[in-house]
Amino acid sequence: MAEINLNCKGLQCPGPIMQVFKAVKEAQAGDVINVKVTDRGFSKDIKAWCKKTGNELIELNETDTEITAKILKK
Amino acid sequence: MADKKTIIVFSGDMDKVMASLIIANGAAAMGSEVTMFFTFWGLNTLRKAQKIKVKKDFMEKMFGWMMPRGAEKLGLSKMNFGGIGAKMMKSIMKKKNVNTLPELIESAQMMGVKMIACTMSMDVMGIKEEEIIDGVEFAGVASYLGEADEANVNLFI
Repeated sequence: MAEINLNCKGLQCPGPIMQVFKAVKEAQAGDVINVKVTDRGFSKDIKAWCKKTGNELIELNETDTEITAKILKK
Repeated sequence: MADKKTIIVFSGDMDKVMASLIIANGAAAMGSEVTMFFTFWGLNTLRKAQKIKVKKDFMEKMFGWMMPRGAEKLGLSKMNFGGIGAKMMKSIMKKKNVNTLPELIESAQMMGVKMIACTMSMDVMGIKEEEIIDGVEFAGVASYLGEADEANVNLFI
């Protein structure tokens, strides 16, 4: 089980979600992808993305300046 | 099986084309199969930026001169002011790190988004196959309908 860290700070829609897609695609089932994003729309987007693609959103944190998410590849 | 989305890009306005490409890229990232049909003014998005030597009659040449050559040249649907608006928009986009249209097209193609140029509108507007960027397919309404039938989202932009 590997952990993959993705820095998508500064990227705008659809950048972060596409980076997540690529990372998850290359990951193995059971791997965890940590992503940092500054685009405010990402919180809702990552929920929708996980629901659609069947991956699990284990953690989602939002501060004034950044959003961090932990995604488990199924 | 992956689900499908189809988008008809009728408009050649920079902002509208941008919206269509963001949706296409996003849908591909959600695991959907995406097909974009470029028709009428939308075809200008797919024109190569450089001038291509092809045989055209007078009217076709006129159209060719008047229409924007490629994604980089498209104008805004509102507040274009002869191209100044589009330039302003691009400079803001650059500052905010938003992808440019050519980048969105490249990324869509890399994500496997299928792009189809409508051959009937190409004929009407005098756009030749050689003038269209690589990786684009050429087809007509039946291809669109065939894909749309299997899609759960069909957009006309």
